[in-house]
Amino acid sequence: MNSLFEEYIRKEALPTLFCPGCGNGIVQQAAIRAIDKLGIRENTALVSGIGCSSWIPCYINMDVMHTIHGRALAFATGLKLAQPDKNVMVFTGDGDCLAIGGNHFIHAAGRNIDITVIMINNYIYGMTGGQKSPTTPMNAVTKTSPFGSIDYPLDGCALANTLGASYVARWTTAHPIQLEKSIKEGIETKGFSYIEVLAQCPVQGGKNVYGEKEPAAILRKYRDMAKEGTVSLGVLKSEKTKEEYIERLRKKETL
Amino acid sequence: MDKEFISKESQGHKEPTKMVLQGNEACAKGAIHGGCRFFAGYPITPSTEVIEYLALEMGKAGGTFIQMEDEIASACAIVGARWGGRKAMTATSGPGFTLMQEAIGYAVSTETPVVIVDIQRGGPSTGQPTMSSQHDIYQARYGSHGDYQIIALAPSSVQEMYDFTKKAFQLAEEYRTPVILLGDEIVGHMREKISVDKEIEKEKEVIPVSAGSPCTDFYKGANTLVEGQLHDEMGRRIGHLPQKSGDFLVKLDEKISKNIDKIASIDTYFMEDAEIAIVAYGSVVRTSLNAVKLARGIKDDRITSKLKIVRDVITKGVPQTLQTDYGHLKVGLIKINTVWPFPEEQLKKLIKKVELIIVPEMNMGKYCREIERVAKKVKVISLAKSGGELPTPQEILNRIIKETGVKKEIEEDE
Repeated sequence: MNSLFEEYIRKEALPTLFCPGCGNGIVQQAAIRAIDKLGIRENTALVSGIGCSSWIPCYINMDVMHTIHGRALAFATGLKLAQPDKNVMVFTGDGDCLAIGGNHFIHAAGRNIDITVIMINNYIYGMTGGQKSPTTPMNAVTKTSPFGSIDYPLDGCALANTLGASYVARWTTAHPIQLEKSIKEGIETKGFSYIEVLAQCPVQGGKNVYGEKEPAAILRKYRDMAKEGTVSLGVLKSEKTKEEYIERLRKKETL
Repeated sequence: MDKEFISKESQGHKEPTKMVLQGNEACAKGAIHGGCRFFAGYPITPSTEVIEYLALEMGKAGGTFIQMEDEIASACAIVGARWGGRKAMTATSGPGFTLMQEAIGYAVSTETPVVIVDIQRGGPSTGQPTMSSQHDIYQARYGSHGDYQIIALAPSSVQEMYDFTKKAFQLAEEYRTPVILLGDEIVGHMREKISVDKEIEKEKEVIPVSAGSPCTDFYKGANTLVEGQLHDEMGRRIGHLPQKSGDFLVKLDEKISKNIDKIASIDTYFMEDAEIAIVAYGSVVRTSLNAVKLARGIKDDRITSKLKIVRDVITKGVPQTLQTDYGHLKVGLIKINTVWPFPEEQLKKLIKKVELIIVPEMNMGKYCREIERVAKKVKVISLAKSGGELPTPQEILNRIIKETGVKKEIEEDE
């Protein structure tokens, strides 16, 4: 364990419940580095929902709220409004954010409240054993789409963009440096920041979902996807001057 | 309510100010006076006056108000805000209360002190949006999944909507638990003259009774881990460890169940010599008290003038069927303020000399089962009335007369 992680990880909570080859560790590292570089550890709270990705903050030695399925953004909204000058980061997954939590996602992004969301999209319900999620590709075979999925996958970035989030980015677990930079930008942006990370779940997803089985092969595929432009990656929106929810609220309060 | 029947919970206001308020407004005012500085809600009849009042007043009190996208989000937001160091509340009615149950369970597990107001309306489903009920008495107790204890208060007047809301915040902090204010459409919508504190009292430090979950608010450098899974004192999950999980659940239960004597609040009226007891909570207390007055022959022009009996007596003389001397029916009232946890031992003491218990309720007879469980040697009758109206004093009294017959013992007393 390197010195940064000595400092940040709850060693008493180890080992993590992540499977070998999981992408969550890469996201966790990027987030810790971003928080450390910004020097905001004391002023930042981490909120998550339910699912593998929502366990990420539970191993970080900061103020953490591990909540209920789909509702992380609702809890985070309350926390942010209670302490408007502090930072709130949300860790969520494709199912947590776009399926059960879709309504809260729509409204939190619509308010453009100053919360930084890191959505780990592995295209699958990993924790429950590999069922279809809202981002599962069309025709992918999962435990609950045994004949291939017939649903059009949802695009979280397009949704966040449409709803008026200040900052929208998408990276993959093959882009840890870029991801870290985006997390920093997201935190620094006043307003709703949505950072999606395409991750791998080799245990519950595998070949049917990613076209590859081995974690390294999935990462290579992600790297190639970036080169080929088959999926929109990078900072997709950065509107730093857009008025944020609490700024609007304060204007009314001083009336 | 009459001055002489004011609950012990409603005494001792400092430099009280008198005002006429609606029950829901009194609840909102009680919240602000109880230290509430965050409100998240979603409009639902018949609780909307709470959210409307706080939309206007919360900012003035230095707090924050938000209308969330639904009741689920509202209940979650207040838990989030409480970890941000703000006392927090939401208000809803039946269907919304159902949606909040998962977050209430989360608040139970994480030991988060929040207040949830349920202004009951008739159910199931959309039910009777504008009519009153006491249908949620079990939902308040057992609504969320899992095995847990909860504190629920049932106000029976506008004064109590104010006082009990204040008390709810105090109990929530003391026992690190969500507290339910179980009002109903009648107490929510009526207007009465009440006393409120002139000034908002300063916050008192409380040493909470807890099952040992981390309890330091966020942003205080404590690295608090708030975990919905069963957890140890550091917040680490223990759900996979049977022994530790069991121990935690026992502690979570006992912090409330072993302190019922401190939590319980009951008012009694005319119970000193009572042979018949009416046990009531919430708005039903009001008509129950009037039934007691009638039975005791206490003159109250406001009730008696409305009664058919009196009109009959005046115009036709005392009818044959009613030739019972009401004034000698020894009826008393037990008014339960803290409906949950069920004040079992306290009730047992009160009903020692009682021969008959009648439980009027605006549901199919729910709370009555709890009374039956405790009062094994006494005849317990449920006076269940559904449909949205209070059981009238006359209905309650008629039921008592029916049960006691034209009671021989009473006649012999003459």
